[in-house]
Amino acid sequence: MQTEVTPPPVFESDPEIKLDARHIDFFYGDFQALDDVSLAVQDRKITALIGPSGCGKTTFLRIFNRMHDLVPSARVTGEVFLAGHNILEANTDVIQLRRQVGMLFQRANPFPKSIFDNVAYGPRMLGWPRQRIEATVEECLKDTGLWEEVKDRLKRSALNLSGGQQQRLCLARALAVKPDVILMDEPASALDPIATLRIEELMQELKRRYTIVIVTHNMQQASRVSDFTAFMLMNRQRAGELVEFGATDDIFNRPKDSRTEDYITGRFG
Amino acid sequence: MSRVALRVLLDQLVTGLIILCIMAAAIPVVILLLFVVIKGLPGITAPGFFTDLPHPIGVPGGGVFNAIVGTLVVVGIASLLAVPIGTLIGIFLSEFGRNRVGYAVRFVSDVLTGLPSIAFGIFGYTVLVATLGHFSAISASAALAVLMLPLILRATETALVLVPNSLREGGLALGAARWRVTLQIIVPAALGGIVTGALLAMARAAGETAPLLFTTLGNEFLQLNPGRPMGTLALTVFKNALVPYSSLQDQAWAAALLLVLIVSVTNILARVYVRRVQR
Repeated sequence: MQTEVTPPPVFESDPEIKLDARHIDFFYGDFQALDDVSLAVQDRKITALIGPSGCGKTTFLRIFNRMHDLVPSARVTGEVFLAGHNILEANTDVIQLRRQVGMLFQRANPFPKSIFDNVAYGPRMLGWPRQRIEATVEECLKDTGLWEEVKDRLKRSALNLSGGQQQRLCLARALAVKPDVILMDEPASALDPIATLRIEELMQELKRRYTIVIVTHNMQQASRVSDFTAFMLMNRQRAGELVEFGATDDIFNRPKDSRTEDYITGRFG
Repeated sequence: MSRVALRVLLDQLVTGLIILCIMAAAIPVVILLLFVVIKGLPGITAPGFFTDLPHPIGVPGGGVFNAIVGTLVVVGIASLLAVPIGTLIGIFLSEFGRNRVGYAVRFVSDVLTGLPSIAFGIFGYTVLVATLGHFSAISASAALAVLMLPLILRATETALVLVPNSLREGGLALGAARWRVTLQIIVPAALGGIVTGALLAMARAAGETAPLLFTTLGNEFLQLNPGRPMGTLALTVFKNALVPYSSLQDQAWAAALLLVLIVSVTNILARVYVRRVQR
């Protein structure tokens, strides 16, 4: 039996909703990748998007910072509200949006520059004075737990760092422009368990100041780390749809939809 | 014979065949180089080769100082013209050229690469020599610049295309505009390939003779004004090779050796630079 997906309910504690996606349809040319997905991301909480490969989680995530603009055939209908403004409108300042909504990619992509220059790239672009830039670099490296490891070699190439360190560097780089939201696209999928754990610890610390949306195909990670979870599936037309959304505890222990339960318990996906 | 033994034998056979092919390709080159070195050594070690001007025909001795200076000036001006323009076109093709305009530019560039170099000489003659009324080094530079352009353009585009797209996404996701991402992140990442392309194009231009024949004509005297005819090393080889005076023939060989050395050193420098940059 198909459950009707209604927009997420207003929670009793009345928290702020940071990002409000409504009735999103997404097309790559003629192919529909997302079918009527609506999601409200809570301010300063971690929201996880889980689901099997290909169900559109990453496609949906990348709408929040308009990265789909880079694909010529991509088309979106619906609305995404950030601070009262629909970011999908044509007159949105996409540059400003991407500073407010940062992104961490699946594979660490540090620039082939020094560690310092990587983190300082955003601040320099914004024209901050040198002292502020230096202070910000130190602060962001401390926030991501890298400072002690790299403080003596800030001028060395970022490419010499390990995979986990590079990913944390990319996070520091994203934090340096002082975003409100951080989007994470399977950030630990290429990392070993210990590095993964460090990223997860970081997320718990960061959520006090930032709203985090994380795509993960690792269910255990989602249940460990997130406050809210959205479960997505590919429907019969191979478009992604939102099956169930709610507090992580509810999704994993008392799922309402049988498909959610099947996925959680590993019966498929 | 067992399958394993057969496979090992086949492996050895093919390896041997490959080595034969490598030798077939390398031996002529090695022989050529040895020839140039052996024949050029007496001339290049002769006193005054680097510092003297050519002596009148029949008078022994002399040097190619004017030709060295001429080569540097002609190739230098050509590079000043071709490198910035070629690099910018390459950047355009890589970052903004996935369309019909880019296709047309690439097509024209590929055609130019295949053009015989003497055609560039005719171009330089018609555009600059005939219109200005005299031969000049700068007409040679213009011809060489057009010759270098497709090489630099393609090398730049290739180097940029090789930069992983994840870097572009990383820069854009920080809120950087496209021009910023291209100039501050992508181009520096590809600098090794771009510089190599420029150096190789310069080395190629240094050795060109045909375009120079009726643009800069040649000059027995030291000439520093690019608006006048200038001699170059390649032209020295051309002129002195057919003259029946052994000292001039020695100089031709020596000039050829010098050119080979310049090209080799440039190539080595390019590779060393790339290796350093990729550290």
